[in-house]
Amino acid sequence: MARSGGVSAHPVMPVTMESTASPNTMVLNMGPQHPSTHGVLRVILELDGEIVVKAEPVIGYLHTGIEKSCEAKTYSQVITLTDRIDYLAPLSNNLGYCLAVEKLIGIEVPKRAQYIRVLLTELTRIASHLVWLGTHAIDLGAMSVFLYTFREREEIMKIFEYVSGQRMMTSYFRIGGLALEPPPGWIDRVRRVLDALPGHIDEYEDLLTQNKIWIGRTRGIGILKAADAIAMGVSGPMLRASGVAYDVRKAFPYSSYDEFDFNVPTQTACDCYARYLVRLAEIRESMKIVRQAITKTPAEGPFRASVPGIIPPSREEMKTSIEGLIYHFKIFTEGFAAPRGEVYQAIESPRGELGVFVASDGSPKPYRVKFRAPSFVNLQSLPKLCIGRLIADVVACIGTTDIVLGEVDR
Amino acid sequence: MESQEPDKNPVVQKLKEWDAAAVAETAEFRGEITAVVPRQHLLRVAEYLATEPSLRFSFLSDITTVDRFPIEPRFEVNYHLVSIERHDRVRLKVKLSSQDPVVHSVTPVWPGANWHERENFDLFGIQFEGHPDLRRILMPDEWEGFPLRKDYPVEGYR
Repeated sequence: MARSGGVSAHPVMPVTMESTASPNTMVLNMGPQHPSTHGVLRVILELDGEIVVKAEPVIGYLHTGIEKSCEAKTYSQVITLTDRIDYLAPLSNNLGYCLAVEKLIGIEVPKRAQYIRVLLTELTRIASHLVWLGTHAIDLGAMSVFLYTFREREEIMKIFEYVSGQRMMTSYFRIGGLALEPPPGWIDRVRRVLDALPGHIDEYEDLLTQNKIWIGRTRGIGILKAADAIAMGVSGPMLRASGVAYDVRKAFPYSSYDEFDFNVPTQTACDCYARYLVRLAEIRESMKIVRQAITKTPAEGPFRASVPGIIPPSREEMKTSIEGLIYHFKIFTEGFAAPRGEVYQAIESPRGELGVFVASDGSPKPYRVKFRAPSFVNLQSLPKLCIGRLIADVVACIGTTDIVLGEVDR
Repeated sequence: MESQEPDKNPVVQKLKEWDAAAVAETAEFRGEITAVVPRQHLLRVAEYLATEPSLRFSFLSDITTVDRFPIEPRFEVNYHLVSIERHDRVRLKVKLSSQDPVVHSVTPVWPGANWHERENFDLFGIQFEGHPDLRRILMPDEWEGFPLRKDYPVEGYR
């Protein structure tokens, strides 16, 4: 293997599509700098007039080697990297990773922390779906919805900032529970957002659901049949809009989701409009879950498990007992050794099944961490969605897959 | 998460009844079942698991590799399968040596394996025989080396 460094740049972007385009078609390069690709996605389109004959997504422009970096960090340090994978749903990533490590070392998280985790990840789902709706609408020409959804999302971001100190890179879930005791009065803030939100969702529905242009741009477009969706490994709202009621929260409950009462909205039309309806319904279901979580969460109680040597001791304990001081020092300098083994933990992120695979060789650093990114797999179905459609529909098809390139490329 | 005998798991039992040679060893850890499959049987096993009406592992969740360098066989390719109807999961594992990291592609069974296999080729250099389009996916086309291998430094070769 040559050691030339592997840093050679791309001087000219090669058109990698192997088909020698027929004389009647033209190849059009879309992206990676294109506003409606939601980041740095590149799609090579082969067009016959305005009809898409072939579409090939090219990814990797945002590859940062997160999985390799994980192998050089202790189990706790990896959490900050998980925020940066899916930057629209950092708390979902935190949760997936923490659950995987907790499964690996066999820790039971206190109920109070589990409920708070559910509450915050459902708020994350709402915030993520709001961003999706706004950007999808702006792609299809509905400017005002974008402004409205970002206004509401900001209120949720303020809750994250109040609770964790950060709007986006929260790192609030830690192995064994939460980073900090949530500040006083946070539940009231959540309630205020919840009270205002249903009216806002109605407002979006007024603007879009019966809107002729919206229906024209989304109904019957981007068809993905259930059998194709399963074969391609598509998950999340995309799969459910094809009529398959697969939701990890129901199929493989984690973090006490089995104690919550909620529905899994599905649609059978398999098109962009169906996916819009599913995501809107999911926002309403998430609000239901948040309300239940508020009533379930006790006002007081432990916010993380107590496992000497693995979970950091409380500040008071660290200051007053010698064991606490030693454990604190050891956990933050060399970390803790996890038992040998491999675990795979899946959660339902806003985009689908987020799987975290952790392999341990018994050292304080994970031997291998793999993030099964839902939008990476969902993006694979893009050619199925847009072949045979007009070029203008490609934008609708990219929008409806709800990709986050940070997660696709990792 | 109660632990169970891996051989008493119904999926493993079915698989062994179908063809005893198809499962080299089984393991259970934290309630997760792993079946190690000899690589020449992988495609047959995949087809059986996906189509057998009582199993229906129709959803391929993930394919990922672990590099055990310098232990041989060096590579472990893990296939995470889901049965949507039965709410069940199983992991298949194929062990590959560093001299010959080749395994048959499972794209005929699960078309969605396409990008997963490209990723494993890109980052680990695993060759998937019969893959329709085995190219790099995340790294640039002319990149040298396979970054997630253990003998590839974290900082790269600069």
